Amino acid sequence: MTGGEALWKSLMDHGVGVVFGYPGGAVLSAYDVLPRALRHVLVRHEQAAAMAADGYSRATGRLGVCVATSGPGALNLLSGLANAFMDSVPLLAVTGQVPTAQLGRDAFQETDIFGTTMPLTKHNYLVSRIDELPRALNEAIYIAQAGRKGPVLVDLPSDVLQAEVPEKVDAAPRLPGYRPRRDGHPPQIARGAEVLASAERPMLLVGGGAKWSGAAPLVMRLLEKANIPVASTLMGLGVVPASHPLYLGMIGMHGTVAANTAVQECDALLALGVRFGDRVTGKRDSFTPLSQVIQVDVDPAEIGKNIPVHIPIVGDISRVLETLIPLVPRKKNQRWVDRVTSMEEPVGDGVGVEAIRSLGRITGEMARRDKLILVTDVGQHQMWVAQHYPFYHPRTMITSGGLGIMGYGLPAAIGAQIACPEKTVVLVTGDGSLQMNVQEMATAIQEGLPIKIVLLDNKSLGLVLQLQDLYCNGNRVAVSIEGPDWVALAGAYGFKAWRANGPGDLEDGLSALFAEKGPALLHCAISAEEKVLPAVPPGEPLTHMIKEWRGGDGR
Amino acid sequence: MRCTFAVLVENQPGVLTRVAGLFGRRGFNIKSLAVGVTQDPLLSRMTIVVDGDEAVLEQVQKQLGKLINILKVSVLEEDAAIGRELALVRVHAPPAQRAAIMQVADIFRAKIVDVARRSMVIEVTGDEDKVSAMVELLREFGIIEVVRTGKIAMARGSKQTTGGMRCGESAVRSGRRFESPEEFACGGVRLREPGKRAVAESEG
Repeated sequence: MTGGEALWKSLMDHGVGVVFGYPGGAVLSAYDVLPRALRHVLVRHEQAAAMAADGYSRATGRLGVCVATSGPGALNLLSGLANAFMDSVPLLAVTGQVPTAQLGRDAFQETDIFGTTMPLTKHNYLVSRIDELPRALNEAIYIAQAGRKGPVLVDLPSDVLQAEVPEKVDAAPRLPGYRPRRDGHPPQIARGAEVLASAERPMLLVGGGAKWSGAAPLVMRLLEKANIPVASTLMGLGVVPASHPLYLGMIGMHGTVAANTAVQECDALLALGVRFGDRVTGKRDSFTPLSQVIQVDVDPAEIGKNIPVHIPIVGDISRVLETLIPLVPRKKNQRWVDRVTSMEEPVGDGVGVEAIRSLGRITGEMARRDKLILVTDVGQHQMWVAQHYPFYHPRTMITSGGLGIMGYGLPAAIGAQIACPEKTVVLVTGDGSLQMNVQEMATAIQEGLPIKIVLLDNKSLGLVLQLQDLYCNGNRVAVSIEGPDWVALAGAYGFKAWRANGPGDLEDGLSALFAEKGPALLHCAISAEEKVLPAVPPGEPLTHMIKEWRGGDGR
Repeated sequence: MRCTFAVLVENQPGVLTRVAGLFGRRGFNIKSLAVGVTQDPLLSRMTIVVDGDEAVLEQVQKQLGKLINILKVSVLEEDAAIGRELALVRVHAPPAQRAAIMQVADIFRAKIVDVARRSMVIEVTGDEDKVSAMVELLREFGIIEVVRTGKIAMARGSKQTTGGMRCGESAVRSGRRFESPEEFACGGVRLREPGKRAVAESEG
C-alpha cells in the first residue's frame, strides 16, 4: 500500500465519504489511487474546497475534508482554514508538498505550509517519513473532532505519498499532551446551580459551543424547568427555536433590544459555549455589569479570556447540563421574564429586510420541520437573516462568524447540500460576497446540486457603506460596485434565474425559486441606503444601540 | 509582573516555532526562552520568562497548555526554584589590566576561558542579578561583546520541576496545585462574596 492509498483508506476507515479538492503536481500520486467509493468534489478554487468542507461539517457535525496540492493550492486554503478555526469547525486539510529531498530548496510550487498554517489550525503535521503517516492521519482526524473542534492540516511530500507503507507500523495516536476534559467538576456545577437559584434576573446565553456539543435538547429542558430568558450569539442561532416564548433573539452589535438590554440588567448569566467576542460584548468593561457569570466551555483558555468569570466550568456542555439541570430549582422569575420578553424592537424596513421576512414566511414550514438549511455570506444580508429569519433547529444556519469572510456562502452551500441531499439549501447572499466565489456555480452545476440563491443586490458593499455612513460622516469610499447582469451570469453557469421587480414581486419570485427543482437564483435589487439596525458602534456598551437612521443630517 | 514557566514539550520539529508564534500572535512578552532535551530523549524542557499582568500570565499558561505538543506547564516561584543564566563576556584586557579583571572574575566565581593579546573571555553563571552585576563591573575595563543565554530553572527540594504537576493542575500565581480543573481554568480565580467580581490573588 502506498502513502496515497493509505491516506484514502484512513479517511474512509474514519467514515469520510466525500472530499473537496483540486489536484496538482504534488498530489498527483494520491489522485492516481483515489478510490471510486470516495466521492471527490472538484471545486474551481481551493478556497472553495476548504469552505465547502466547512459547510459540510457545519451541516452535519461530521469531519469535513479538503485536499489541495503544494504551494499555490495549499495557500488558497488558508482563508478557509482560518474561518474554520475561528468558528471551531472540525476540518481536515490534506496538502501535497514537494518531495522531501527538495524541501527547503525553493522547489517549484514549494511553500512552507507547515509554518504558514500554524496560527490558523488547531494542529498541523509535516509528514517527512512514510512510517509516520498512519499515526499522523489518525491523530489529525482525532484532534480535529475532539474537545473544542478545529481544523488540522497534514502536509504530505510527494515521495511520502508514493512510498510503500511498512507492513508493521504503529498507527495508534500518541498524544501525551492532549487530553480534553469532558465532564465538568461537580462542585463547580453545584455552585453554578446555587447562583441560578438565588438570582432574581437570570439569563442564558447560548453560543456555537452548545451547537457543536449537541446540547439543544438539554438547553430546552433547562429553559422549561428554570424559566430563564435566553439569547443566542450568531453561532448559536437555531439551538433555541425562534418561536420559543423565552427566546430574546440574537445578542451583540446587531442584536435585539431585548437581548442586549437583558444581558446588561441580568444578575446571573449562564453562558454555554460562548467566547465573548467583541461583536457579542461591545465594550468589554461595561458588559453585563450586574451579573455573576457562569461560563461553561470545553476549552479552559476561553474562560476568563475576554470577560471576568465568577464560576468557571470546563467540560462538554451536554455533559455539564445533564448534571446541572437536576440541581436547578423550578422558578418563575415572572416579572423579569415579562419585562425582557415584551421589549419593543425596531420594525426594520427596506426591501432587504422584507425579502428575508418573505423568505421566512415561504420557507417557515420547511424550517420548522428541519428540512431546510440556510447559508449566508457576510454583510448586511447576513445580519438581516440573523435578525429576521426564524431558525428552529441547530445546524440549519450556516454562516461565517468569527472571521466574517465574504465568499463563504456559495462553497458552504455546496458542502451543506452534498451533506444533506434531502434538505433544501438556500443561500442568501449579497452582490459583493457572491462575486468573491461566483466560479463555484460551476461546481454546483457539475455536481447536480439544486441550491437556491437569494441575491440581495445593492450594487455596493453595503455593510462597509453603512459603517461609512454611521461612523465616517457619510464619506463613501470604494464601496460602489457595478455588478454583472446577474441573471445572465447565473444563466450562463446553468442556473435558472429571475429578477424580482420591486418589493411586490418578492413573494412570487421566492415561490418560483422554491418551485424550481434544480439550481436557481432570484435577483432582488435593493437600495444601498438600507441599514442593519439596531447597531451598536464598535467599542461602545451594548446599551448604546442606534435604533433609527434617517440618513444625512436627519440622524 | 515577571513569571518563570517550566514547560515540558515533545521533542519534535516545529514545537519551538509553535511556542514563539503563540507569544508573537497573542502579544505576550517573552523576556527569555531557553530550551534543551531532558533525561527522556523524547521530551524537551523550555524555560520561559514572561512579563505581564495577572490576566496575561494566566492566558500564557492556558494557551501554552492548548498546544498539542506541550505536556505540562508549570510555574516556578522565585524562592522555590533555582534559576541560572550563563554569559560569555569578551573584555578589553591589555596586560596591565589582566590582574584586576581576574580579581573581579574571582569574586563572581567566574572563569577565564580564553585569553588573547589584548582581550580575554570570561564565563559566568548565576541568576540574572549576579550576571548583570558582573557585566556592569566589567564595563569599566571596556566590554567588546556579551553573549547571554536565557534563564534555565529547576524546582528546589526533592520535587520534580514538572514531574508531579500535569498541565492543568499547576497554578500561575502560587505554584500550588489547584483543587479542581475549573480552578485551573480560571487561573485560581475563585468565587468570592456574591455581587463582587472575583479577583485573582496577586503574586507573592
